[in-house]
Amino acid sequence: MSEYTLEMRGVSKSFPGVKALDNVQLKLKPGKVHALMGENGAGKSTLMKCMFGIYTMDEGEIYIDGEKAEIHNPMDALNKGIAMVHQELQPIPARTIGENIYLGRYPMKKVLGFIKVVDHQKMYEDTAALLERVHMNFDPKQKEGELSVSQMQSVEIAKAISANCRVLILDEPTSSLTQNEVDALFRIVNELKEEGVAIVYISHKMDEILKISDEVTIMRDGKYIGTWDAKGLTNDFIITKMVGRELSNLYPQRNNKPGETVFEVKDFTSINPKSFRDVTFGVKEGEILGVAGLVGAQRTELMEGLFGIRSHTKGQILYKGKEIHVNRPKDAIDQGIAMLTEDRRGSGILGVLSVADNISVASLKKYLKHNLYIDDSKVEQLVKDNVEKMNIKTPSSKTQIQSLSGGNQQKVLVGRWLANDPEVLILDEPTRGIDVGAKYEIYCIIEELAREGRAVIMISSEMDELIGMSDRIMVMCDGRVTGFVEGEDMTQEKIMSLATQFE
Amino acid sequence: MKKVLKYFKENPIVALLLAATLVMGVSVENFASWGNLSNLIANTTIRFVIALGVSGCLITKGTDLSAGRQVGLAGCIAGILIQRGDYTGRVSPFPEMNMWLILLIVVVIGAFIGYLNGTVISRLHVPPFIATLGMQTIVYGICLVVTNAQPIGGFQQKYIDVIAGRWGNPREFNLPHLLVVMVIMGCIFWFIYNKTTHGKYMYAIGGNEVAAEVSGVNTGRSLRLIYMTAGIMYAIAGYLLAAKSGGASSGLAQGYELEAIAGCTIGGVSTTGGIGTVSGVLIGVLVFELLKIILQFLGVNPYYNYVVQGLVIVIAVALDIRKYVKKK
Repeated sequence: MSEYTLEMRGVSKSFPGVKALDNVQLKLKPGKVHALMGENGAGKSTLMKCMFGIYTMDEGEIYIDGEKAEIHNPMDALNKGIAMVHQELQPIPARTIGENIYLGRYPMKKVLGFIKVVDHQKMYEDTAALLERVHMNFDPKQKEGELSVSQMQSVEIAKAISANCRVLILDEPTSSLTQNEVDALFRIVNELKEEGVAIVYISHKMDEILKISDEVTIMRDGKYIGTWDAKGLTNDFIITKMVGRELSNLYPQRNNKPGETVFEVKDFTSINPKSFRDVTFGVKEGEILGVAGLVGAQRTELMEGLFGIRSHTKGQILYKGKEIHVNRPKDAIDQGIAMLTEDRRGSGILGVLSVADNISVASLKKYLKHNLYIDDSKVEQLVKDNVEKMNIKTPSSKTQIQSLSGGNQQKVLVGRWLANDPEVLILDEPTRGIDVGAKYEIYCIIEELAREGRAVIMISSEMDELIGMSDRIMVMCDGRVTGFVEGEDMTQEKIMSLATQFE
Repeated sequence: MKKVLKYFKENPIVALLLAATLVMGVSVENFASWGNLSNLIANTTIRFVIALGVSGCLITKGTDLSAGRQVGLAGCIAGILIQRGDYTGRVSPFPEMNMWLILLIVVVIGAFIGYLNGTVISRLHVPPFIATLGMQTIVYGICLVVTNAQPIGGFQQKYIDVIAGRWGNPREFNLPHLLVVMVIMGCIFWFIYNKTTHGKYMYAIGGNEVAAEVSGVNTGRSLRLIYMTAGIMYAIAGYLLAAKSGGASSGLAQGYELEAIAGCTIGGVSTTGGIGTVSGVLIGVLVFELLKIILQFLGVNPYYNYVVQGLVIVIAVALDIRKYVKKK
């Protein structure tokens, strides 16, 4: 017997344009919580997806109890006792909790001795027992879609437990949980530990990691940095290892002077009563306004509302003192507002189209000749200017954007908006899923935008990034603006206390 | 040369059928004849016009199953209106009309039907598959009402001569008038797809509709315009087809939507959206027509044509999807 329940050795994995994992290892001991840490894009989720058989490793081996194991798909992983709670939940909303938990492995029974049918009674009884184990008081027959995100997460954990797993992967399980729910989760984790389950715990929350984990593995840019005993680790040590350089030069120097207020929002309220409401704020020329909040704070929804992607019932948007009416993105764009959306793949890039098409799509009317046809040379010039200005790495302007790395895609999208010369830019998680090097470049671009006198609104879930980049930070909680912090007050503690002011 | 080889490697169906055509041309008597070429061009033109209409729908991740029936309706209406004044079985309630005025009438009707399709899809958010399937049945019903399910004949000779006529000696080298339509339509669509904002928006919607909307594209308007253009193309095709057939009936152009979709797909229009060129559509349609001629010369029972055509459509789409379903 090996001392490890599961061992991954020499794992490498490439995607077009990115080496996501480079010779990474991970060793899990039974009955221990193993924290996996690293910045966004460090390769944690990719590594887990390799372990769980969602991705195929280019190189590397997996050993279970010292024996080499072949995992080609999630079913293999489940059969070998590996269970995973995904960062992005994928429940089937129209089916019940029980059916979601037992999807693909329904308990069966025989009717009339030969017809196999789903044993609903057993399924729901088992589900009820599982829900009790994860301290959830729900009817197993309730529709999954009626649950909140955190409740769905608990169901996912129940599902993982139901597989009698020996290895449990929790990918950012607490990102959308309240403190009570986190406590409940930790109780479950400790119970599983006692049963000898090896747990992989991925999280960005330092205090949680130090509280729950026994060992810590840190990754950076797809590489394995090291594994340490969790006892005796400090925040600073972990961050330094994660970032790989001193924190001081993570962000560009800021020396812009905010001017007049250009963009104001008053009493802005969503048509969805659970979403943003009574939001009032303003942004000045040359200012970077950070927007902080927990998952579910409705920051993205608010910005999408301001940009006309979502509807609002009441409220005013003032641009340079004049009221404007935004019912669809085009209305906002025509006024000189731009928005880089959070979901780059879902609502940003036009995947199969070229870099040139992607960069020009929001400003095509500018390149018309005789008001009739597009002057391709002008589009080429636009691409060339942006490639030079933002150091976009692309083989040619005709390359499909989906073959570029995340950072370069993001730069193309920034270029798309800059082509319209907007005065207000809304950036929703501009550095999500971008590797560290490219992040700094994006920061420099944002800093330059502000220096040019544009008003920048930046949503970010990375506290350091917000504090490092913003002139001022607006904090939201549960759809409301709970406060603004500025200057010396921009600390993690202040922001967190505002972000958790639930009514 | 390398480019050609690469193209064939990526489009095995095109390569296979061109090879088969070569073999047929060398080994089968009368296959490589001027008459055959002229027929091929005429048949291809009509399918090409329809396929151009469908291509916009496909590029925006939609489809148009009402294409064939719309062609049929346009053919029947044109057929009724174009009947000679002295024709004994005349059903047209109107006096004899100028053939170009009739073209205008069917185009307006086609544009209206297409606009309805586009509206249902963009405003009511009915999936294109369902919306156009419904329209297919509706249009067929209208066609039955209009024709009273009777075949229509007795067209003005000028109409047939102008549309279905040929230049040159029918026994030697000759070219159909329809070739002009093929060239003009090809150029117009190439211009729209490559040089206009509308074309760029169309590809953008196919690439990512949400992203296009966020980038300020009025996606609803673009879609309505695309389906309306499609309707116009079907009307033109119907007008041409009736002349070429010398008669029309409610069964005219039945199933042509699948031929058009097949042609597009063989020619590299991706059903996953955002990809497709006018030249590709032309090649696809041409290759599909070649397939039909080959089957005919091989003496295959015409009923089997449907079997083969259906297979080719599914294979073409499967090969296309394979390009995009990357290995994880």
